[in-house]
Amino acid sequence: MNRVVITGLGAVSPIGQTAASYWNALAAGRSGFGPPTIFPTGRLVTKVVAEVRDFVAGDHFDVRQIGFLDRVSQFGVVAARGAIAQSGLSFKEGLGERTAAIIGSGIGGQTTQDDNFRRFYGEGATRVHPLIIPRTMPSAPASQISMFFGIKGPTYAISTACASATHSIGQAFHLVRTGTVTCALAGGCEAQLTQGTMKAWEAMRILAPDTCRPFSADRKGMVLGEGAAILVLEALPHAAARGADILGEIVGFGMSADAGDLTAPDPDGMVRAMNAALADAALAPDAIDYVNAHGTGTTANDATETTALHKTFGDHARRLAVSSTKSMVGHALGAAGALEAVAVIMAIRNGVIPPTMNYLGPDPACDLDYVPNEARRRPIGAALSNSFAFGGLNAVIAMRRFTA
Amino acid sequence: MFMVPVADGVIEIIAGKARSKTGPIKLSDKLESLGLESLDVLELAFAIEEKFNIEIPFNANNPFEFTTVGELVKAVEGLIAQKTAPA
Repeated sequence: MNRVVITGLGAVSPIGQTAASYWNALAAGRSGFGPPTIFPTGRLVTKVVAEVRDFVAGDHFDVRQIGFLDRVSQFGVVAARGAIAQSGLSFKEGLGERTAAIIGSGIGGQTTQDDNFRRFYGEGATRVHPLIIPRTMPSAPASQISMFFGIKGPTYAISTACASATHSIGQAFHLVRTGTVTCALAGGCEAQLTQGTMKAWEAMRILAPDTCRPFSADRKGMVLGEGAAILVLEALPHAAARGADILGEIVGFGMSADAGDLTAPDPDGMVRAMNAALADAALAPDAIDYVNAHGTGTTANDATETTALHKTFGDHARRLAVSSTKSMVGHALGAAGALEAVAVIMAIRNGVIPPTMNYLGPDPACDLDYVPNEARRRPIGAALSNSFAFGGLNAVIAMRRFTA
Repeated sequence: MFMVPVADGVIEIIAGKARSKTGPIKLSDKLESLGLESLDVLELAFAIEEKFNIEIPFNANNPFEFTTVGELVKAVEGLIAQKTAPA
């Protein structure tokens, strides 16, 4: 069994289009919420999203490439490029065949599908773009990353709604740990912000009209986001032999399903996933210093997750730092877990815990230390990143500061 | 044009969603006693909006403010009255 280390991070987020700028914004507590610029809101009630503003495809791709790439794949490839550059790896000389790419997406190429179906159904267009299908498929980002960078090992997408990226990172962790591959690109991407998607989320009546304030009194729901994050996972012997800068270590992965309600969260499913991650990592609960919470900002999630943290950690729950970075980047669904894993690795590396922004005050149902409104300096030995999806699909990864 | 009385329409919709009804639904019945779970309430609100062409201002992050069937009917009547009368 290999130890699995992280040697590269890439991100495209509403508050920074590189991993470094994303992290700096998180540590500064900058929220990326505002009115959308990529679709009109005239027929919508909700006027706030966390959009990756000013993302210019032409800055990253030539015209011919853009024809093949929905916005979701553009985000994925840009994030992967950043992660690979930081790792210093090249996949040319055989390493590509020993490298996996496991890339989550909850939705896939929503913009492509929306634009073309609207023209066909609504505007009577007689023809549509010939590449809708390969741009739209949820596995398109995984394929595009494979093709751009020469990844020839196990490559696939995982789609588990809001847990897609965390499941992807966990699967990649398993593949590297067992020696199936030497390296893996893992993470998630999402670009689902369209009028139709917004209308569908509005119909669930869980979107906040103003901002996302997880765990706070007077929270009003979630804000939809978008983006991508990719991590380079590497077997420790390989990373050590080439003298790579090791950013952190993945030590455990836990999964569970609620087998209950379609959308209502279940504390027991969350507890089982967290316990599974701790057991897989051989970490005692009191070894965890920080939990990057699922923390969507809905009444139900945040209270239920708090209950689950109490059940998992007992007395130690009160000593945990818990924060939700969705308070700054919104909920990027299938990219969320990857953006959060990047936040955790950077938090461990810098000894800084990103805050839960927009926090107004305690809710009796949420009684933990949520690092409100300001980042905190605190050394982190080990941390969890939680993702709990609609349909009751739960995934948790455990990460640790790297020590040889 | 003949309008189905609002109460009948709302009760018919609720009857289709209720999981634990013991007899005909009455205006005095409490919504929670009818076994309506969170997704049922969402679908209930949607069905009422569709039937009466109104918008019910309801966010699932706040508790459903109607306790009884009668209160819900009254609110729906109010929302219908707020609409501009058709020409």
